Amino acid sequence: MSVLSVDDLRVTYSTKGGDVPAVRGVSFEIDKGEVLGLAGESGCGKSTIAGAILRLHSPTTKIEGQITLDGKDILDLSPGKLRAARWTGASIVFQGALHALNPVQKIGDQIVEAITVHRMADEREAHVRAGALLEQVGLPPRRIDDYPHELSGGQKQRVMIAMALACNPSLIIADEPTTALDVMVQAQVLKLLRSLQHDLGLAMLFITHDLSVLVEVSDDLAVMYAGKIVEEGPANEVFHTPVHPYTKALAAAFPEIGDDRFRRRPSGLGGDPPDPQQIPSGCPFHPRCAEVTQVCPELVPELWDAGSGRFAACVHATGAPSLQTTNP
Amino acid sequence: MKTETEPIAPSTTGTEVALPKRLSPRKIRRARRRKALSRFWSQFRVNKMGMFGLAIIIFFFGMAIFSIFANKGRLDPTITTNGPILASPSWAYPFGTNLQGISVLSLVVEGSRISLFVGLTAAFISMVIGSAIGIWAGYRSGYSDIILMRTTDVFLVLPWLALAIVLAAVFGANMWVIILIIGLTSWAGTARLVRAQVLSVKERTYIERSRALGGSDWHVVTRHVLPNVMPVIFANTILTIAIAILSESALAFLGLGNPLEPSWGTTIEDAFRNGALTLGKWAWLMAPSTCIVLVVLAFTMVGFAMDEIVNPRIRER
Repeated sequence: MSVLSVDDLRVTYSTKGGDVPAVRGVSFEIDKGEVLGLAGESGCGKSTIAGAILRLHSPTTKIEGQITLDGKDILDLSPGKLRAARWTGASIVFQGALHALNPVQKIGDQIVEAITVHRMADEREAHVRAGALLEQVGLPPRRIDDYPHELSGGQKQRVMIAMALACNPSLIIADEPTTALDVMVQAQVLKLLRSLQHDLGLAMLFITHDLSVLVEVSDDLAVMYAGKIVEEGPANEVFHTPVHPYTKALAAAFPEIGDDRFRRRPSGLGGDPPDPQQIPSGCPFHPRCAEVTQVCPELVPELWDAGSGRFAACVHATGAPSLQTTNP
Repeated sequence: MKTETEPIAPSTTGTEVALPKRLSPRKIRRARRRKALSRFWSQFRVNKMGMFGLAIIIFFFGMAIFSIFANKGRLDPTITTNGPILASPSWAYPFGTNLQGISVLSLVVEGSRISLFVGLTAAFISMVIGSAIGIWAGYRSGYSDIILMRTTDVFLVLPWLALAIVLAAVFGANMWVIILIIGLTSWAGTARLVRAQVLSVKERTYIERSRALGGSDWHVVTRHVLPNVMPVIFANTILTIAIAILSESALAFLGLGNPLEPSWGTTIEDAFRNGALTLGKWAWLMAPSTCIVLVVLAFTMVGFAMDEIVNPRIRER
């Protein structure tokens, strides 16, 4: 049984300017011991999904579809049951650890908080456990009495990871855990996350805009555009032989060091991501697409089979209904 | 799920460094608090203004405690004493005597207890109401915020003196009525200040983290929001004490005080009504007035000094 299954998830923010559909029908599953990478530009709905899994959005935000975590229907839980499921079922490594730690509390106390909120141990035991957790993420346990400002960025992110492990969750949501860290530290944190995930057999949802990071840590990869998954499949294949033009553009945006072609012609993607309130008709990517066809502005693509266990929401996918004939 | 019943395995290494074995969490917490307090004190001690104010406050508190033992039953204004009436300041009566022949010094000493008690209690009530409403409005936002803040606006513009006179007339001029009137009408400023702080605190990621790890609203507010707004509340309350003492004097001066519980304001009113000015008995009027000025000034100075320490934006480093 999968640890997390998300079925046709739709999240709509209600703002003064009207409803904003941030996630428009996303489905995926994560099994025990598996890492799913979620990629996409800023504002494509990645973090919104993370918030929806633990129902962290404000009550005015509309969440439809089904989220099943450890066999529990998250969207159906009473507030008390939901609180109990938070962190014990799934925990989050937040984007920007620098702000996710309370500056006026010692880091040890903040890890202890996670344990005592769920009454999993008394305060003394929880302190002992916090020390052990710090050791597990490669920090000396004596740092337990340090305040967040006494730690470096990478160390803070390690504390966040320790905190995420505090209640032995079955799923860890890593929401851009390496943003604002330099490349060396980034690599260390990724290695740590990957080894912990492997050793503890955790399921992990890894969210980032950095496709090259995802290839390193994830088994499967899902690429999002304008609130929908546009391509998914095994990480290596999706990255190295992308089918969807958007994935191609993302993959091509990472220069290969030493490759002359990238020096002469750095490639990127023109245009801006669409306004969620005015999503283009048909395939939402067609105004920016390099391989746009005549049908694209009318046909809403679904995730069609694209060969070797992959799916892509593009008319160029091999499994797409034979529409290429209309292409001049 | 797998862990809820599973006892947490104690770690084998390293934790001895982190946690001395025989200390209970309560002792650790107490030691930590002591340390925080001594840090605060070392910063406060070098603040001349704060120390000056604190000295005055301690002096008046000593006077108030002294009055409990000193004046037992000797200040009943319904009886006349054997002393001279309306005496001028002398060695026996440093501030003279009043119309009943009671020493003004005794009245001032007695007044210190009543004025301080009224001021502190009213400020406490105001702090509790103001913080509760401010935190609720800021944290819950939406309709609660709108309703609570409009209510606060009403209390802010309320002509409180007129209201106080009406309330005192209805419920009788009793010390507790005065305390409640002041406490219930002076929380609006605190509420606004606290709400503004909460609004900025609640958007920080560690609040979201605390919610994500299963903390209830109560947990988030008491563990993360309150500690972050507490310094502001505290500094503000000290200033509210000064305002409360001033308000009490104003009400007493208008004749709304209880003559059997002579606060400084009551004494001023008595002196004013009996023509202390025309009779040239300046000490009768000046003694309680000076006390009010000194105490209000002292609390204001301590409040500013504490604000300087707890408010990082104006802290001198």
